[in-house]
Amino acid sequence: MRIEEQTGTVVGGLPAEPEKATLEGKNKIVGFWLFLAAESTLFATEMGAYVALKGSHLNGPPSQELFQLPMVALSTLILLVSSLTSVLGVMSMHTGDARKMLTWFGLTVLLGAAFLGLETYEFMEYVHEGHTLTGSAFASSFYLLLGTHGAHVLFGVLWILGLVIQGAKKGITVHTAPKFYLASLYWHFIDVVWIFIFTVVYLMGMI
Amino acid sequence: MRENWLWSWITTVDHKRIGILYLIGGGFFFAVAGLEALLIRIQLMFPDNSFIVGDTFNQLFTMHGTTMLFLVALPILFGFMNFVVPLQIGARDVAFPFLNNLGFWLYISGGLLLNLSWLFGGAPDAGWTNYATLALNDYSPGPGVNYYVLGLQIAGLGTLMSAINFITTIVNMRAPGMSYLRLPMFTWTTFVTSALIMFAFPPLTAGLFMMMFDRIFGANFFTTTGGGNVTVWQHIFWIFGHPEVYILILPAFGVFSDVISTFSRKRLFGYHSMVFAVVLIGFLGFMVWLHHMFTVGLGPVANSIFAISTMAIAVPTGIKIFNWLFTMWGGRIRFTTAMLYAAGFIVSFVMGGVTGVMLGVVPADLQFHDTYFVVAHFHYVIIGGTVFGIMTGFYYWWPKMFGTVLNEKLGKWNFWLFFFGFHLTFFPQHFLGLNGMPRRVYTFEANKGLETGNLVSTIGTFLMTIALLILLYNVAKSIRKGEPASGDPWDGRSLEWAVSSPPPAYNFAQTPRVRGLDAWWLEKVQGDGKLKPAEPLGPIHMPSPSYLPFIMAVGFFISGFGFVFHSWQVGALGLVVVFVTMYIRSFEEDHGFHIQPDELKPQGVES
Repeated sequence: MRIEEQTGTVVGGLPAEPEKATLEGKNKIVGFWLFLAAESTLFATEMGAYVALKGSHLNGPPSQELFQLPMVALSTLILLVSSLTSVLGVMSMHTGDARKMLTWFGLTVLLGAAFLGLETYEFMEYVHEGHTLTGSAFASSFYLLLGTHGAHVLFGVLWILGLVIQGAKKGITVHTAPKFYLASLYWHFIDVVWIFIFTVVYLMGMI
Repeated sequence: MRENWLWSWITTVDHKRIGILYLIGGGFFFAVAGLEALLIRIQLMFPDNSFIVGDTFNQLFTMHGTTMLFLVALPILFGFMNFVVPLQIGARDVAFPFLNNLGFWLYISGGLLLNLSWLFGGAPDAGWTNYATLALNDYSPGPGVNYYVLGLQIAGLGTLMSAINFITTIVNMRAPGMSYLRLPMFTWTTFVTSALIMFAFPPLTAGLFMMMFDRIFGANFFTTTGGGNVTVWQHIFWIFGHPEVYILILPAFGVFSDVISTFSRKRLFGYHSMVFAVVLIGFLGFMVWLHHMFTVGLGPVANSIFAISTMAIAVPTGIKIFNWLFTMWGGRIRFTTAMLYAAGFIVSFVMGGVTGVMLGVVPADLQFHDTYFVVAHFHYVIIGGTVFGIMTGFYYWWPKMFGTVLNEKLGKWNFWLFFFGFHLTFFPQHFLGLNGMPRRVYTFEANKGLETGNLVSTIGTFLMTIALLILLYNVAKSIRKGEPASGDPWDGRSLEWAVSSPPPAYNFAQTPRVRGLDAWWLEKVQGDGKLKPAEPLGPIHMPSPSYLPFIMAVGFFISGFGFVFHSWQVGALGLVVVFVTMYIRSFEEDHGFHIQPDELKPQGVES
């Protein structure tokens, strides 16, 4: 790929912002923001359906009896910290420190996996209490929304894990840098969506 | 293996070849959906006919609508966008060539899955809107609707990728000097259309997921006995579905703008207001979905707000119509086939627009709802708009795409037969509707005043079929012994006419410098008729072809097929193929190749 407009200081033979150094990298960043915009609409639609259907819990437990805020707060904390570690990863990338970058992203993967573990445990608890996918419209829309978010977390965990393996082999180059940058954008997006879920589903579900 | 021509088309990442593939795919599904339309009209030719009745008829109109909207209109427009937009903005390629190929194969994969329903288990039969509860298991027990849900899901994924690709291309890869307000109108409409796709398709994705969960995994989104709500589907469907009709019409508007100014030998009248109108239509497209639900009973306040916003769309559309008329006014018009279609569009589309405003009047809509009046309206705008736009673009860009000119004499036969056939088919349907003929029924009684209209309508369909056969003949003739086209056969205005026909793989040997609106025209009248290069002649970077997108699309196909038949193991297997391919792609290190300056094809026009 053409390397154009290599401006700014160069660290260890790399441009200051290696993710934006090539046209390919710039395209990826614009394209990925657009993808996230589309994803927002997907989540907004599922959340709209949830808000419309959450009153229809039929014989199953309503949200007030079901949700346990302490556990959800812990999940939220874990996800927020994992967003922080991915920022630190990108900052290490900008200073050209591959080892540090991989460590931070590795930590992000671990925290993401911890979040998934907690969510799986939470879902199993709910199923015990009679809150199943087929139970009611409330349950269906709850599991679709949370499940879509959870699937995104799972995808992110696998993706970043792959990137860490790749980064260990290839280091930071103008080809790998955009990948880490995008993964970090994606991870923030998942976090932002979770904040909305925490507010609309859990906090508003307690009143 | 790389030398094989079929393999080279499967793995191609050249936006021009992918554009041609979209035309072939769209043309194939056009034939299928056209045949379905013909069968529907034959059944409705006479009262109490029994040619095709009952469930088969339901499958026919469902598949006709679904195929035409998802697998014909948009993909053919994507074909033009792929071929033309990078050339119009002076780029060598799209932003994501790999993704471009993947988008195409996902479209084919979803489209084939949908149409295989005819062979395995029965086609979907709940209408293209697929309303719950009709589309749920109680009333549609077979796998038919599963095909709808999964086929559209896969094809929709491809559409979203293409939209992101087009926007990124237009944002990042314009030639130096090609500011936003110098973009040709077709590029502008591609831009706005892609933005609409970005925000309209994800709701459809979500809605299809819900429908899939209800049908396959026993969830209760729309199942009223489980607390579900059928209007949720209607809202989600139309939040997608209304913008979808603007997704179909805006690119056609772009084609007409380019064609009318070219063949009137004038710059487009009111270019800035055209851009503004396109953006405004795009925005309003999201504000009117509820006008499809006036009869649901959401209350007078909701209905009024949406009636007003619906009528507001007539304003920017009117601006555009007048701008086209003023572009022609005083121009030296050449009535080529492309221009005839553009002029025929203005007449037809205004008629469709007028009935659209009529349908926006809530009390009147209660009368028109679900009658042939609605059928007449949407065929007037979709055929009179989108299909006329596709025909216009086809005759206009054919020389650029294939290097030969289509026969004009056959073209005129094609136009006049199609134009009269179209009006003959759909004009009487307004009156059929007003006389009480409901849509989606397979027969009507004699002596109710519906015979003549239906007979005339079917005769019109035959005329359109003959017109399309003439088009097919014209294409075959032009491929075998058409007269070779120069780079600029129409004396065009935008940059695609500055390169040879067909263009070389790298489009421009040197990235052009753009000096104004109608960049190529400007160089012809103010310069020396050659593009000014923005860079020295040097090696040109090209992306390598890849077979991975095809494998990925096959994975999605397998997965879709599995879920259609409730086999989540096969479904998961397909998804594993998809994710493994993604992993391979991520680890692959392929930086493409370079074409050296001495390999560049010498061209008539320096670029």
